Amino acid sequence: MLYDVIVIGAGVTGSAVARELSRYEANVCVLEKCEDVCEGTSKANSAIVHAGFDAAEGSLMAKLNVRGNEMMTDLARDLDIPFKRNGSLVVCIHKEALDGLKDLYNRGVANGVKDLKILSREEALEMEPNLSENVEGALWAPTGGIICPFELNIAMAENANMNGVDFRFNTEVEDIKKGEDGNWHLRTNNGEYVTRYVVNAAGVYADKIHNMVSADKMHIIERRGDYCLLDKTVGGHVTHTIFPQPTKLGKGVLVSPTIHGNLIVGPTAVDLENKEGNNTTAAGIDDLIAKAGDHVRNLPIRNVITSFAGLRAHEEHHEFIIKEVDDAPCFIDCAGIESPGLTSSPAIGEMVGNMMKDMMNLKPKANWISTRKGVKKTDGLSIEERNELIKQNPAYGTIICRCESITEGEILDAIHRPLGARSLDGVKRRTRAGMGRCQAGFCSPRTMEILHRELGIPYEKITKSGGNSNIVLERTKGEVSGS
Amino acid sequence: METRELTCIGCPMGCLLTVTLDNGEVTEVKGNTCAKGDIYARKEVVNPTRIVTSTVKITSGDKERVSVKTANDIPKNKIFEVMKDIDAAEVKAPVKIGDVLVKNVAGTGVDVIATRNVEAV
Amino acid sequence: MKTYDIVIVGGGPAGLAAAVAAKEAGNDSILILERDHELGGILNQCIHNGFGLHTFKEELTGPEYAYRFIKQVLDLGIEYKLNTMVMDIAADKTVTAMNREDGMFQIPAKAVILAMGCRERPRGALNIPGYRPAGIFSAGTAQRLVNIEGYMPGREVVILGSGDIGLIMARRMTLEGAKVKVVAELLPYSGGLKRNIVQCLDDYGIPLKLSHTVVDIEGKEHVTAVTIAEVGPDRKPIPGTEERYTCDTLLLSCGLIPENELSRSAGVQMSPITSGPVVNESLETNIPGVFACGNVLHVHDLVDYVSEEAKRAGQNAVKYINDGCKNAEASDVIELVATEGARYTVPSTINKSRMDDLLTVRFRVGDVYKNSFVSVYFDDERVMHNEKRILAPGEMEQIILQKKKLDEYPNLKKITVKIEKE
Repeated sequence: MLYDVIVIGAGVTGSAVARELSRYEANVCVLEKCEDVCEGTSKANSAIVHAGFDAAEGSLMAKLNVRGNEMMTDLARDLDIPFKRNGSLVVCIHKEALDGLKDLYNRGVANGVKDLKILSREEALEMEPNLSENVEGALWAPTGGIICPFELNIAMAENANMNGVDFRFNTEVEDIKKGEDGNWHLRTNNGEYVTRYVVNAAGVYADKIHNMVSADKMHIIERRGDYCLLDKTVGGHVTHTIFPQPTKLGKGVLVSPTIHGNLIVGPTAVDLENKEGNNTTAAGIDDLIAKAGDHVRNLPIRNVITSFAGLRAHEEHHEFIIKEVDDAPCFIDCAGIESPGLTSSPAIGEMVGNMMKDMMNLKPKANWISTRKGVKKTDGLSIEERNELIKQNPAYGTIICRCESITEGEILDAIHRPLGARSLDGVKRRTRAGMGRCQAGFCSPRTMEILHRELGIPYEKITKSGGNSNIVLERTKGEVSGS
Repeated sequence: METRELTCIGCPMGCLLTVTLDNGEVTEVKGNTCAKGDIYARKEVVNPTRIVTSTVKITSGDKERVSVKTANDIPKNKIFEVMKDIDAAEVKAPVKIGDVLVKNVAGTGVDVIATRNVEAV
Repeated sequence: MKTYDIVIVGGGPAGLAAAVAAKEAGNDSILILERDHELGGILNQCIHNGFGLHTFKEELTGPEYAYRFIKQVLDLGIEYKLNTMVMDIAADKTVTAMNREDGMFQIPAKAVILAMGCRERPRGALNIPGYRPAGIFSAGTAQRLVNIEGYMPGREVVILGSGDIGLIMARRMTLEGAKVKVVAELLPYSGGLKRNIVQCLDDYGIPLKLSHTVVDIEGKEHVTAVTIAEVGPDRKPIPGTEERYTCDTLLLSCGLIPENELSRSAGVQMSPITSGPVVNESLETNIPGVFACGNVLHVHDLVDYVSEEAKRAGQNAVKYINDGCKNAEASDVIELVATEGARYTVPSTINKSRMDDLLTVRFRVGDVYKNSFVSVYFDDERVMHNEKRILAPGEMEQIILQKKKLDEYPNLKKITVKIEKE
């Protein structure tokens, strides 16, 4: 089969592009090397919708950040995902650095960020009482927000899939050649794929993919960031996203509530040359704990429920590279998508979609579905609403994840939907089962039972997140003889 | 003459016991702080025994495995032989607590019994 | 939905014993709510022996011990609901719960007994660096997989933490054919019973490395190796002491946390030391008619003590109801204080007018003490001075207070428990 477009990578960028392309009459396929969407940089980041005052004035990064931020309200509504503009504060704790705050303000205004304001020490403390004693002033950005990166990524992919985009998981692109037929031939571990156009949205691997087709070599540096996630009981320690003043290495260690009510602290910034180096380190976590208290007082760091690390796909020039490759026509890079990549993703999708519509002369689909319903959530429902749901499907009466109060009904919904969950992490990212303070100790055997029952996957083949991440090895004492 | 070193299991002290044996007979126990240590050491060096607990495969039941134990202590050096018999065993539901599931396990004269009920389905 | 006098949250050892005691004390309106598909709680997966020496004077396995109580519950006709999750307990003792058959329902109870047990501390809370692959389990999750579901997590195992569950799982995995390479313990002593160290580790030649912790986990998809290192007195790893073990499984046995989310949202006052409710002599929380027992109150070492404590909670709940759901005047409240080596006491207050003739006060120590004394002071006067050859954090200690003795001190305000060298 000849595809019109193959998107490499089902992260937040690839999924946003796929969704935008799904508006048009075109055969689109997304190839993903992992077993699910949202497996790379998209799954491990600050989960912040940035206002847009950080990126250099006039940069593509600045433009797409501000545009992505603007788009998020409608997108979150259309795709039924939680999003909140909790506002962000860049906190200055040194008098001599107050000028820097002013610079940031000016840059934000130039970038088109709305409603920025410089706050005095008193105003900042009034807004956020747990700020450090040393606060001298703050930049207030009410358009800053928080979102669930999994849900954003999954929702865009699902919506693309509903509109006809193919997704091929566990499919890694090994080589790309221009065929004599003028099409791109992608060699993968699952056979060859042929397409007219390629969109490279491969995250930290975008350089590797780019370099398969271009003489003008690209270099992505993996910039690792460690994070700690704190228990919901301390999720209200701050209500806004608290940034230090930015440095060359990035926006620094932030402290923020998450959209689901936890508190997130991070990231560190360590440059690597290892595309799979998303392991946390003792030094990283120590560094985090040491720094996080600089801007927020009495940080309840003991209430950590998990720590994790993500890799930012840092391109040397710290700019998004979104364009057709000069020496490889019909091959479009979406590379260097580091922070604010999550925020920018809808705008990246829009930009690439428009670009390709023009390049390929695409016609809009008559019956494009713009909305998608998320997994039906039960937390917060009234007794009457619950009972109505349980009457329709008794599975909504069984709690599987007790920390997050997730019912079997929600897990079934996550499994039996477009691009449904097939692993424990797949269930977790779609429902939050296993995301709570016991970190799946209680629910994982039960979720395994459901995956086994619903998808017929043998227990030994049920994975945490695909590949060799099987949970159990074999039966104790072997199988029964059946005699 | 032979000496053996043991950790007493009588209490959290965990006294390091030195037992002297002559021709297999205990002649002296040293290092204990109380009588418990002496009794433990004399038994443990001459005739160490253990209860073995595990599970046995079960068919046609509401469980895949039924928990079991040796009805009495078995010699410590027979643990793995006992496990071999337990691993090989396969029973059919229903099973009640105390039911003998393996008779005379590994020739020890001790039976393996169920420690829970499993209903037939 | 039917109404009940007493709703017991949890059908494990604590909930079962509380239910039996309440029924025997004369109340016929009791409901146990259990989230699992059978009664017995965590005992069902504790298939090893060593339970019940105090209660039944014989050595039982976990399922057998549980069944002794389950049988009483069945014989006494006490009502229970399985696969039922309690979603909320309100301060007015309305219990909201849910299951497939009944949907979500509310029971306005006269008394509520908290018996939710505890959970294990997960990897995340330990800040162990490294990758986050499959093959990392809390010891209890692995125990459930092996003993109940009948699946082996792996073949080559490293265990962090020498609590009893970790030790028991070292033996269990070995008997099922796995190779347990090492048990690392952060502290300079093990919190597990000596018997378990000897019979679960020494019997099988499994090394126990005290003052060691995991400093790296390798393996992108599945655990492939774990590195442990010695720690100094500050519990920080000492560079140069790293040892790498190839393995496919890492089990964590690093402490238990009472599961008190429901208690907290009900407004029950919590102890920062035990992470359990603060209770008085009747095992009653700050909310009159809400009682707590078992591992939700404080983590116990022996289930026998859970049963004994839960029995008192059950009896006191009935007494509370029989007294018209009113507590006697709390005029002579005596405070119990743990200090100098004693970490906490349960209970933490005594209302003398409601106290039984004998009151068991349980506590734990914060370190290993040899040849020391457990001392009890009535205000400033030392009234008890019990010599102990050894006191260890892994073992629960107890003292017994006599009401008669307290009566001799009419102005008593404070009882202090401490550990003294002489």
